[in-house]
Amino acid sequence: MLLVEDLQVELAEKTILKHIDLEIKPGETHVLFGPNGSGKTSLLMTIMGYPQYKVTGGKIVFKGVDITHSPINERAKLGIGMSYQRPPTIHGLKTRQMVQICATARGKKEVDVEDLARRVYFSDFLERDVNAGFSGGEIKRSELLQLMAQDPDFMLFDEPESGVDLENIAVVGNTIAALLQKECAPSKNKSMLQMKRERTKMGLIITHTGHILDYVTVDKGQVLYDGVLSCSTNPREILRCISEMGYEECVRCTIENN
Amino acid sequence: MYDREQLREKAKKAVAKAAAIGPDINLDEFQKSPVDHKYLDDDEMRSLPVAEQQRLIMAGLDLTEKERGGTYFQKDTAVIHCKSKQEGVEVIPIRKALEELDWIHDYYWKLVSVDTDKYTAAAELELHDGYVIRSLPGAKSVYPIQACLYLDKEGLQQNVHNIIIAEEDSELHIITGCSTSPHLKKAAHVGISEFYVKKNAKLSFTMIHNWAEDMQVRPRSVAQVEEGGLFLNNYICMKPVKSLQMYPTTHLIGDDAVARFYSIIVGSPGSEYDVGGRIFLKKPGNRAEIVARTISNGGKIIARGDLIGEVPDIKAHLECRGLILNGGVIHAIPELRGYADGVEMSHEAAVGKIAQEEITYLMSRGLSEDEATSTIVRGFLSVDIPGLPAQLKSEIDRAIAASDETVM
Repeated sequence: MLLVEDLQVELAEKTILKHIDLEIKPGETHVLFGPNGSGKTSLLMTIMGYPQYKVTGGKIVFKGVDITHSPINERAKLGIGMSYQRPPTIHGLKTRQMVQICATARGKKEVDVEDLARRVYFSDFLERDVNAGFSGGEIKRSELLQLMAQDPDFMLFDEPESGVDLENIAVVGNTIAALLQKECAPSKNKSMLQMKRERTKMGLIITHTGHILDYVTVDKGQVLYDGVLSCSTNPREILRCISEMGYEECVRCTIENN
Repeated sequence: MYDREQLREKAKKAVAKAAAIGPDINLDEFQKSPVDHKYLDDDEMRSLPVAEQQRLIMAGLDLTEKERGGTYFQKDTAVIHCKSKQEGVEVIPIRKALEELDWIHDYYWKLVSVDTDKYTAAAELELHDGYVIRSLPGAKSVYPIQACLYLDKEGLQQNVHNIIIAEEDSELHIITGCSTSPHLKKAAHVGISEFYVKKNAKLSFTMIHNWAEDMQVRPRSVAQVEEGGLFLNNYICMKPVKSLQMYPTTHLIGDDAVARFYSIIVGSPGSEYDVGGRIFLKKPGNRAEIVARTISNGGKIIARGDLIGEVPDIKAHLECRGLILNGGVIHAIPELRGYADGVEMSHEAAVGKIAQEEITYLMSRGLSEDEATSTIVRGFLSVDIPGLPAQLKSEIDRAIAASDETVM
């Protein structure tokens, strides 16, 4: 379980997240909406542990461990993983090696890189330097491939649909669903209810368009407005409100919440 | 021989001539008299102490000779092993060649001028030895020839002259290492190399340097590449040295000749490296590339590159990237000179640090900060070198992997 309590965060001495409370239970996936600059990426980066995001109040607890001030790699080892929107290029480091690193760091010795790559149609990129000259969609598939090898228990996705073409959106969407154990496929020996109960993976997905909802059944939607989590409810309802009334309407809820 | 007399006269006039660049070395501090070492047969070579063998392996010399087409091994001033296992490839000590082979005079001091500076002069006036490696026309070597110039004697100035010839349509790969005994502190190495890549021949030359902290090193090398030939020159230096200065030059003298230089240098504290590459593109269709990766850990590195396009329809690129990790200086000097319409020449140079976001990205995949840093450094140093045989690629990888301890 991820528990965020009264979290306050500063970036470059400016408060960017205010009194955030968030609870994600095992098996749950939430989506995070919010206008540009509202603090969505900051929330993800803070949970992942980026040191420039300075926690000035509150705490983050994951699997019962207070990780508020833990270094990034310890959080990764504990089972938090992130799919980035604009990850850096690392020259001389092959994608294949990167996938191997992801698996090894989580204690898995053997990983079938080829097989994982095939699943996201990324076999041709294994010998290329990580993110070097990758298009938007290629970056997304590369990030997913790394997460597949890393197999975290809690996954943060920063706009997984942005820059992905129509052909690849299904690949990206279905891969995320599989990672989060949200696949909708019948099993011979288990009922859907049983499978649902056995879900352990957690997710937090930033989305602007909501396209990801067509592939991943999401448990809850959150709206972040000006550093404040202003609403937490059915994601489809949020999406509908935003598309009809825009984020301006969120201002009122923000004021009410404070 | 008359030729040789003329050379000596010319050399004598240059004994006091400082090099155009690099710190001047007082050669009087070093002794040049020959040091005797016993010639070793195959078995004796393989029974050298393990520690010494390990050190030689780091310089690319594999005494088991597995996957090697031949060996030249010189200790101080003496040749202690020399043979070719491969048909069509000759490996001969240069002193022997100068005495017995007439054709060697068509190559000896024909590319490097004997009066370039006091180092070239010393190599003529007090030549110890060196190797001649030649692949015969059409011969395609399967395994690389290994050569090692080893320094054991404290205070010695080793003077070496090498000649490498890839005859028409032949293919030759050489790995050459320079190394020193663990106890050796102060010595000097002067190495002249002349490369002849003939029509449609392919030569790869990979040099790995493992010097000691108080070593002075002055290689002087010039290559010429004929029509359709390819010269691949790789240089790796991960270990400390007092001062190393070299500016290997290549002349592309035939149509479609190609030269590629790759160098990887890690500069330790107290070490000074002035290393570059210069390529003259003189005929249409010539291609040249110079790639340098340098890391300073507190050392001083001057990374030069000079591309000279003399005719249209040539292409050349220079890439020089440096990382300063623990202080020190990296001075990148990329130069391009175009002398005709229709040349295409470019360069990119960058000196900087490891980007924090690359470290955090890897940390979010589970690596510690130190592991992330060394992964990035290893990536930075690993350059894809097209056309290099797998064994040599793995030699370079090994040298880079071993650099971790130096870098971190």
